[in-house]
Amino acid sequence: MELYRSHVLVCGSTGCVSSDSLKIIDLFNKELEKHGLEKEIKVVQTGCFGLCEAGPIVIVYPEGSFYSQVKLDDVPRITEEHLLKGLIVHDLTYKEPGKKEASDSIDDMGFYKKQQRVALRNCGVIDPEILKEYIAYDGYAALAKVLTKMSPEEVVETIKASGLRGRGGGGFPTGLKWEFTSKAEGDVKYVACNADEGDPGAFMDRSVLEGDPHTLVESMTIAAYAVGANYGFVYVRAEYPIAVKRLQIAIDQARENDLLGEDILGSGFSFDMEIREGAGAFVCGEETALIQSIEGRRGMPKVRPPFPANKGIFDKPTLLNNVETFANINQIILKGADWFAGIGTEKSKGTKVFALGGKINNTGLLEIPMGTTLQETIFEVGGGIPNGKAFKAVQTGGPSGGCIPAEHLDTPIDYENLIALGSMMGSGGMIVMDEDNCMVDVARFFLDFTEEESCGKCTPCREGIKRMHELLDKITEGKGKLQDVDKLETLAKTIKKASLCGLGQTAPNPVLSTIRYFRYEYEAHVNEKMCPAGVCQALLQFLVIPEKCKKCGICAAKCPVNCISGVKGKEVYLIDQAKCIKCGACLEACPFDAIKKG
Amino acid sequence: MKTFAELEAIRKKAQKDVRLRSGSGDVRVVVGMDNCGIEAGARQITIALMDEINKHNLQDVTVTQTECLGACRLEPMLELYEGEKKTTYVKLTPELARQIVTEHLVNGKTLKSQTIGVFER
Amino acid sequence: MITLKINGFEVQVERGATILQAAEKVGIKIPMFCYDERFKPHGSCRICVVEVEGARSLMTACCIPAADGMVVQTESEVVVEARKEILDLILANHPLDCLTCEQAGRCTLQDLCYQYDIEETSYEGARKSYEKDVSNEFYTADQTKCILCGKCVYMCSQVQNTDALCFVDRGFETHIGTPFEQGIAESTCVSCGNCVSVCPVGALMPKRREKYRYWEVEKVQTTCAYCGVGCQMELLVKDNRIVEVLPVKGHCNEGLLCVKGRFSFDFVNHRDRLKKPLIRKNGELEEATWDEAYDLIVSKINEIKESDGPDAISAFSSARGLTEDNYLMTKMMRAVVGTNNVDHCARL
Repeated sequence: MELYRSHVLVCGSTGCVSSDSLKIIDLFNKELEKHGLEKEIKVVQTGCFGLCEAGPIVIVYPEGSFYSQVKLDDVPRITEEHLLKGLIVHDLTYKEPGKKEASDSIDDMGFYKKQQRVALRNCGVIDPEILKEYIAYDGYAALAKVLTKMSPEEVVETIKASGLRGRGGGGFPTGLKWEFTSKAEGDVKYVACNADEGDPGAFMDRSVLEGDPHTLVESMTIAAYAVGANYGFVYVRAEYPIAVKRLQIAIDQARENDLLGEDILGSGFSFDMEIREGAGAFVCGEETALIQSIEGRRGMPKVRPPFPANKGIFDKPTLLNNVETFANINQIILKGADWFAGIGTEKSKGTKVFALGGKINNTGLLEIPMGTTLQETIFEVGGGIPNGKAFKAVQTGGPSGGCIPAEHLDTPIDYENLIALGSMMGSGGMIVMDEDNCMVDVARFFLDFTEEESCGKCTPCREGIKRMHELLDKITEGKGKLQDVDKLETLAKTIKKASLCGLGQTAPNPVLSTIRYFRYEYEAHVNEKMCPAGVCQALLQFLVIPEKCKKCGICAAKCPVNCISGVKGKEVYLIDQAKCIKCGACLEACPFDAIKKG
Repeated sequence: MKTFAELEAIRKKAQKDVRLRSGSGDVRVVVGMDNCGIEAGARQITIALMDEINKHNLQDVTVTQTECLGACRLEPMLELYEGEKKTTYVKLTPELARQIVTEHLVNGKTLKSQTIGVFER
Repeated sequence: MITLKINGFEVQVERGATILQAAEKVGIKIPMFCYDERFKPHGSCRICVVEVEGARSLMTACCIPAADGMVVQTESEVVVEARKEILDLILANHPLDCLTCEQAGRCTLQDLCYQYDIEETSYEGARKSYEKDVSNEFYTADQTKCILCGKCVYMCSQVQNTDALCFVDRGFETHIGTPFEQGIAESTCVSCGNCVSVCPVGALMPKRREKYRYWEVEKVQTTCAYCGVGCQMELLVKDNRIVEVLPVKGHCNEGLLCVKGRFSFDFVNHRDRLKKPLIRKNGELEEATWDEAYDLIVSKINEIKESDGPDAISAFSSARGLTEDNYLMTKMMRAVVGTNNVDHCARL
């Protein structure tokens, strides 16, 4: 066995791979060889570190030095200075927004300080393609415990006592789901994992699959033991090729090592599983649609009851949890239900992973205890809003979540609180908006998505979201009336009440919540024909400020439609509003700030 | 893998491989590795240390390097930290480095002849 | 048994019965587009939503099982508002050509808009537009009129087991089509027309031979004469001519017909139709009476049996005859004539 004095961890997840982290790994290996260090220092390809904003990320242990936005050119320097001589390259390590000095160690970084990593514990720590690394971090210890020391009933009771709730959106108590499936009658039962992460911007499930795939294999095996299933399906979207590949490697490794298949480690319990790739329909994240898709049918939701626990895949009792939910299971088994129940709030236990995006400094994945406030999440872990702009709203829960305004930032995050604010936990998307975002436009943007992703089965969702979208189009184009806002509200309520599945029942949330908290913006659009944030193109006007105009003519020269007239050096320039296409070229071109947008 | 006992055995071995990622252990051997140190043969010292530590299967020892320790004429040199306690060894050879491992780290005896105090006096 | 309250009426039903079935028991009608008891519950159209006390959202009466102690309102303000909104949404995407639409008078959308006073849609905006598929011999499919209740698809896949129709695309673009959009003629369609029979609007229509309105016709229930199954059907008769055939839910056909029963009725009024027996005399077929014909058959059989034995005779009967008729045919050949040379046509 070789002993290394240093480990160089390079993120090999989708985000960093897309900015060439695999080439960085190759180059590190070449450089190490060049300096004769290859036997002392090991390069490890890991899963996601979470701080995707700073990718590609390289962490050097034992120091824990966090190198961010590493370019290929930086690799020889890091090798020579840090790996050879032990000198941390300070100008390449991550500097947190608002701080003068770069952080030398990952332990000092604000992004990680408030986090508590349970589901993501191994992401960015282990090489996901090496089983031994997973085992080193207590991998398969929970399975061993369950198969040797616990009865299926005890496992179900433990999960129930932990208070874990579904992390895919609904927040249904996981232990109850397990209990229902274990008690359901059927000769054949299935365990299925929902890895069809469809929320735009959410990638916690992908991160677990890419960074720690064995955790899913292990947890699903535990679940199968608990409910009495012997076969499992993982439904992953085909747009996640790295995740699919790594999960398949994990399944194969587990099979080769008797951790999966017939008679697992001599326990007498058998369980095997397969991956089913989905074609990328958002609605297939809905459990009944997902089951239809696994069965080879068009992914369309079905009426419940019967619930999957009684009639799921091929009409057999099926336990269906999402990736993040499963990723908590092994830790609950190992550390106990009390440990897990000790984290979080009264009704929402444990931690939750959020995908932070939008107008935020630390774009990426973070895992925080339930009950952390939105304020802490956005301003401490997330590092606040870039460019000194003011916070306006945060949208939680993916495209069907609601927008929460600044006055509710002190709300502790949990399932109930978010619903009370007109939003939801969803799978954990968190999009931050600043003063430059128009809330009507934001609502329209999300409906654009849900309109296209509606499966088309039920009338309110298929037809209703389209009409809501059209009404919003009308308003943002300055053609809206006050009645249209009322119409939006009543239609939204019918869609919520009468739709078949969660997609339709939640799709109007962005509209309802923005009307609730930002009604004045809607009213400005319809009454004053004005977009307060200056986003809606049709409502913009570009005007020359006569007092500031130096009659230079640069704006007229830049205008692509020749709608600016004036005489160079003699006459103040004027924009013909009828011809103006509102491209903003004049505004950018004017050297004297003599053109305003309003 | 056939049994749970085997799984645990694999875990024990694997944990050693990834120990570094939870930061430095209590015992750290820090080799001066600036240009002056490299010039004086610090690389060979590191390699010898690693080899010897591996031979003795010492679990909790971290080997790192650092910049010039400020006494270039005594290079190659290293600082050995055991919690708060620091021992500085100077004018090393690979052979001496191995002795530090066997004497100091394994047997717990300071290798007095190579400590900085001897040379500074 | 389960006891629940619907619109204040107490009703008892078997465990597993839906709210709809419970409502029917006390004579309460609930509107529906997509429901058919022959399909697995799918709850697509949402027009049957009712208010269940304590429930977060409205429930579809057609597929939610009744529960003990449930309190249901089928025409409360919330329910009526939701239904009106759904009708409004459907109308916003449906041509208002009722004046010429052949489904007029048999159209569920028309009936429900009348019931809930929806005169026109309150929405302006995109409307779907598809080319009408006229490739099938017997019926047309006009997706522009389709309200996507899904009945045709489920009829084809769950009852007829032909799987010719499917949903295509997503969201507002969703429509009914055939695999790879090849058109009905290129699909596995067997032209049974059961999809046409369940279409609540004018999207799937039989190709008509002549113009008629549903309120002009007289309905005559009868048994299909094509084969021995005994399917029940309703002949729509205008001016003493059959203009269309609709299935009736009889014991043996459960509201289904095949291509022959559903679409092949032209022969009834055809000028070449045989109404009297013909006997060939001097090389020409001449009309005869039934007595003449029977006499001839009897004498010929006796004559041949005498000269060449019974096995020189064979009988061929029609599958259009009833099972009983065909049984009698074999009985006569075996017992009376004395031969096993019996066959029939089941391939008509």
